[in-house]
Formats: sequence, structure tokens, C-alpha cells
Amino acid sequence: MKNIRVIARLDIKAPNVVKGIHLEGLRKIGNPNELALRYYEQGADEIIYMDIVASLYNRNSLEDIVRDTTRDIFIPITVAGGIRSVEDARNLLNAGADKIAINTAAIKDPNIIREISQTFGSQCMVISIEAKKQGDKKWEVYYDNGRERTGIDVIEWVKKAYELGAGEVLLTSIDKEGTKKGFDIELVKAVSEAVPIPVIASGGLGKKEDFSKVVYEGQADAVAIGSVLHYNQMTIQDIKQDAYSNGINIRRMDYA
Amino acid sequence: MRIVMELTLGGWIMLNIKIIDYGIGNLLSVIRAFEYLDVRAELAKVPEELKYADAIILPGVGAFEKGMQGLVNSGFYETIIEYAKKGLPIMGICLGMQMLMDESYEFGVHKGLGLIPGKVVPIQSTTIDGEQHKIPHIGWNELILPEQKVEEWDKTILSGLTQRNSVYFIHSYTAMPIESRYRLADTLYGGRRLSAVIRNGNIYGCQFHPEKSGQVGIDILSNFINIAKK
Repeated sequence: MKNIRVIARLDIKAPNVVKGIHLEGLRKIGNPNELALRYYEQGADEIIYMDIVASLYNRNSLEDIVRDTTRDIFIPITVAGGIRSVEDARNLLNAGADKIAINTAAIKDPNIIREISQTFGSQCMVISIEAKKQGDKKWEVYYDNGRERTGIDVIEWVKKAYELGAGEVLLTSIDKEGTKKGFDIELVKAVSEAVPIPVIASGGLGKKEDFSKVVYEGQADAVAIGSVLHYNQMTIQDIKQDAYSNGINIRRMDYA
Repeated sequence: MRIVMELTLGGWIMLNIKIIDYGIGNLLSVIRAFEYLDVRAELAKVPEELKYADAIILPGVGAFEKGMQGLVNSGFYETIIEYAKKGLPIMGICLGMQMLMDESYEFGVHKGLGLIPGKVVPIQSTTIDGEQHKIPHIGWNELILPEQKVEEWDKTILSGLTQRNSVYFIHSYTAMPIESRYRLADTLYGGRRLSAVIRNGNIYGCQFHPEKSGQVGIDILSNFINIAKK
């Protein structure tokens, strides 16, 4: 069985990490670098920085945060939010990011997926999708953090993004995001089956069991976790320990 | 007992480590990993800057052909080979590791630096059980001893590590040295062995990214620093 990655997701409204429910009602959590360091030390396999107001205000504030992170955190960093061009992507990669996740800009012009994957490699190009359930096994693509709808079907969109060169999917369920009520398993499964690239399930982890469920039933390749870490309800060790005891391969820290 | 004198200046270990900058990729993370170990690794933009280097790092992402063109056009190609002949330490990372080999079969056949005998080939698209698996190989995976164990990890860049320590991989091609003696560590992907660390004397190649592999990666770079001090 493949190794499943545990990813700490930090939503940023510069200069702070914030957290809402259904991507709304944001509360200030703390300093991005301090939190990222805490999760790195707990055994996070990757960090995602998501600038959740960047596309709203047409700005990009993450470069400095990423640059500071590379001082004491030595795991892959994905940056999302407000990236609109190859140049934006290049600046973030030069600041120490390893992967770039695109949502709004790709909806407005899907060619950016091809441009970024051809310039930096598809391993670098993550398609970020905000999905909202519309009925039985139907999900619609949203953007601007769940504020705007597109009328586009999630499954159609992820297939197109893959064909254009996306190398990974960051899949956020707006319905579950911040609720700690478990993942939208059907959504994760439908996307995992639609494309042969890794899928990061995001939005909903509240209990340790939710992790195993989204891996076994949803076929997630990686799981992004926010709320329960930020509110100190559990640590990455807790989640990994539980996953491991359920037979899931994860990176262990205790061999060192 | 040998006493190692460590020269420091303003908290920095006085060691001249150069990172070859031939116009590709993000090098900040590599610089930062050395900074974390109190070593100021500097970028070398022209071959002359390698003259007094105690050790060099050959980083790399992207396609093999483009990487080699970068080395040739910037004049680093011959300098790296001369440097290696002196027995000085070199570490190739990811594409930088693959470029140490004789040749690569990535989009045609392309000549490499020829510092470690063997070739670079695509990772097989199926697992050992014949099932399709995801390429590139992305994520954390464990270091294991090669099939024919020829040397201990002790006194190499893997000194102090144990089998099953995990490091971060991201690659679609894999280096295949012609002899197992050049393999220091492997990893298993889909049940098949891929070379993870290769070695020819003081020339090392890491397929994974030590600068993105947590404390294990830091330990590997720290071992490389110790080799460079000698």
C-alpha cells in the first residue's frame, strides 16, 4: 500500500493564520511560522499555505511567510491563493515553495494549468478545487473561498485540469470545511476515481477515525488537516498513530 | 584520539560549500538547510567559483537534457569533472544525482557527467504485481539497504541512519548504476527497487530531496558537511 501523507493546512489572512467554518466567519489562530514549526515537529509530511483573501483583494502576501518558513522547516510546502500567472508561481517557488495550487485563475483561464506545468513540471502544479454538493453524487465548482459559483461540474473540471497538466488535486469540500463532522467521502472517492493523480482530501476531520475512513473509502492519497490542529484537539502524532494502527502506511518518526 | 578543530566565524562553520547555480530551480531551500547546520553555502554562478570549494552541491529539477545543457552552457560541465577527479566531495540532488550518470533515456538519449557508471531510465509504470501505479513517484519513502549489501552506511552520508528512515521523493526517472557497489541505499516503489543513494568514492547522489526530508535529510547533509571537513 502507498504511503499516505498527513498535511497541515494553514489558511492565511496576512499576517495571521485564520480559520472559519464553511470557509466563512474567520477567526484569528496565530502566527503562520510558529504554527508551521509546531506541525513540522509533530511530524507533518507537508505544509499548505492557503491565502484565503488573496483572490478577493487581488494581492499576494505569502512570499515572505514562505521565505521565513524555509529557515527551520524542511518539508515540502504548497502555496495556494491568488496565484494568477507563471511569474507569481516563479516568485513563490524562488521563495522556497515546492508546489503551487491554483483555483480561481484556472477557472478564469484554464491555460494557466498548462503554462505552469510546462514551465515547472506537473509535479509542481496542484489544481485546487472547492466543491459544493448539489444533489446525489453531483458537486459544483466554487471559487473565491466558496463565495462564487461557476455552474461547472467537479468531475468534469478535475478531468480537464488533469489533461491540461495538473499533477495533484487539493479537494476542499465547502459543505464539510471547518465543521469537524467528517469528510465528504463520496466526493473524494468520485474525484480519486476520475483522475490518476494524487488527491488531497481537505475539509471535515473531527475524529481520528475520519482519517482512516477517507483513505479506505474515499481513496485519498493525502489528507489536509486544519481545525483540530489549530484548536489543539489533537496532534499529528495522534492522527498518525491511529492511522498506523488501522493498517495505513504513513511516515513514522520513531525509527530515528 | 583525533581532535577536530572547528573553525568558526560569527557562529558559522568555516567551510566553503558551493551550490552550482546553472539557472534552474529553487535553491533557497538548499541554502537554508545548510544555514540551519551553521554552514554558509553559497551559489556558484561561474565555474571559477568552484576553485577553492571544499565540497559542491549539484541540485536540479526538470528534464535531463535541459539540465545538461545548462551545465555545458554555463561551463560547469568540465569543471565538475575535474573537481571530481581530485576526489573532492560532490552531492547531486534529484536531477543533479541523475546527471552524475553516463547517460539518460529521458526523451531520447543524452550524455551525462559520467562520474558514476550507469544510466537513467523511466520508472516502470506497473507495480511488481503488474498493476498500474502513479508516476511520478511523489512522497515519503523508506531507505533500505541494496539487495547485495556491499558496504555499511557508517562513515558515509547515511552514517547514523537506520533502515526505514523516510525521505521525500519526487521523480519519474531512476538511476541504474551498472554495478551494485555504486548503490548505497534503495527504496521500494510498487514493490520494485529504485536507487535512492548512489556513491562512487566521495561522489554522492541522492534521488530524494534531503532539504525537504525533515530531520533525516538534515542528518544526511550534516554527514556530508563532516565529509567535506576532512
